[in-house]
Amino acid sequence: MAARSRPGRSIAAHAILLTYTLIALFPVWIILINSVKSRRAIFGAPLALPTPETWDLVGYTTVLENGDFFGYFLNSLIVTVVSLALVLLFGAMAAFALSEYRFRGNTLMGLYLALGIMIPIRLGTVAILQMMVSAGLVNTLTALILVYTAQGLPLAVFILSEFMRNVSDDLKNAGRMDGLSEYAIFFRLVLPLVRPAMATVAVFTMIPIWNDLWFPLILAPSEETKTITLGSQVFIGQFVTNWNAVLAALSLAILPVLVLYLIFSRQLIRGITAGAVK
Amino acid sequence: MTKRPIRWHIAVFLAPAVLVYTAIMIIPLFGTLNLALYGEEGFRGLRNFRTLLGDPLWSDAFWNALGNNVWFFVIHMLVQNPIGILLAALLSSPRLRLAAVYRTAIFVPTILSFVIVGFVWKLILSPLWGIAPSMLDAVGLRGLFAPWLGQEGSALTTLALISVWQFVGIPMMLIYAALLSIPDEVLEAAEMDGITGWSRFWKVQLPLILPAIGIISILTFVGNFNAFDLIYVSQGALAGPDFATDILGTFLYRTFFGFQLQLGDPHMGAAIATAMFLIILVGVCLYLFGIQTRLRRYQF
Repeated sequence: MAARSRPGRSIAAHAILLTYTLIALFPVWIILINSVKSRRAIFGAPLALPTPETWDLVGYTTVLENGDFFGYFLNSLIVTVVSLALVLLFGAMAAFALSEYRFRGNTLMGLYLALGIMIPIRLGTVAILQMMVSAGLVNTLTALILVYTAQGLPLAVFILSEFMRNVSDDLKNAGRMDGLSEYAIFFRLVLPLVRPAMATVAVFTMIPIWNDLWFPLILAPSEETKTITLGSQVFIGQFVTNWNAVLAALSLAILPVLVLYLIFSRQLIRGITAGAVK
Repeated sequence: MTKRPIRWHIAVFLAPAVLVYTAIMIIPLFGTLNLALYGEEGFRGLRNFRTLLGDPLWSDAFWNALGNNVWFFVIHMLVQNPIGILLAALLSSPRLRLAAVYRTAIFVPTILSFVIVGFVWKLILSPLWGIAPSMLDAVGLRGLFAPWLGQEGSALTTLALISVWQFVGIPMMLIYAALLSIPDEVLEAAEMDGITGWSRFWKVQLPLILPAIGIISILTFVGNFNAFDLIYVSQGALAGPDFATDILGTFLYRTFFGFQLQLGDPHMGAAIATAMFLIILVGVCLYLFGIQTRLRRYQF
């Protein structure tokens, strides 16, 4: 029997959760509603919803005229999607090798790859920049993709190999009996079975890549390669006194992420809690 | 078992990950550590570190950044993690309505970038706009308002709390997952013994989620001692006012790239990165050997 729910405790729980929900959402809300108001209304009644009198899209027109936000968005999308694909593919392959085969140095290799979970890649920035300069990769999206792939791999290998240990040996051995190659076993039998774990890894890999400011700032600050995170930072820095433009730029940076999050939040949360909810 | 000569497929499976990881992460990491031993004029041994810790020009800034960083971490441990645990405990209570809505909403700040979070709070706390003062006014606390981000005494704490606001979703989710993984039989057995409500949380659930709390603490530690973006976005590379919000990440950035009239110095930058590496390494080792091995794990 589950605990009998007592109304008093349940009301208190809702009160606390509701308060915190408001704290979490209020700042985002206030930016979004003020981004479509006139300058007077932004300062006069910041908490009010936009009305027909105060409705004004001047901030958005300023942003779209002065910054290539579509280009920034595209850069972010390319970098995130390609890095994510590489992390998932390379990570799953390495995880399969570590969890499936016994070979000399297996444990050592696992530890070596896990090192990167605890030691942030940023500490190597000085040498990474020198390397990218000598390879002629500064101000290219390739530089960012390489760095993010390396950054995402340790956690991916770690999580995926935990999951791959649970894939039934009988299934793989049956595949071998049928004459499947090791590659076919990996791609056709094992990969489809660890899809939930791949989703978890994708979430943990994607968010830091999309939001990173450090590496775009250092490795790819040119106008053509700016990501949306760096692009909005630079734009807001330049237009800091133009409140309409700043609020509109923030909203443009928030909205795509928010929409994607709301669409995928179920999968995302299931991904994060995958270890528990089997 | 037949003995196969060389199983090439193992190498093929491992090669891409190991190559990328080694080339982009491990080699630069050791390259940076190595660079810290050199200067403009060649090999300097540990003298860069002597400068960093002994020369007042450098050491004052270093200890200031380290002290600020420790305070940044302390706030996270004292505010973020208890709030995360509280929210997770409430969310996991059985038959709570709207749990999915709360969960989704509270996680929203976590998906936003530092750039967004930094500017949003800068605007809200700005005395120019007046959102914060007028809201305090509404509850009769207008006198409490101050330009928190602009004052030396409160800027760092304010930034730490902003960071807590952003990341509270992560401890909440991980603890929530840990709480859900406790089997119902354990909770029912406790109930048979008359342990319910908060005492059930303290006596049964909390000991079972201690490993998860340990993992969150070490993740927070690594994240905080590697932080940079939020401070850079809201206070600039100079981490104002008067370096009151300077942490190791911003100190590294300024040293490496230079600022205003000071030229960038890759060697001293590498020395700071090495110091950060050692700090994080010591923290991680303390956790792995001091805490994790002592935590009791329960198998269900």
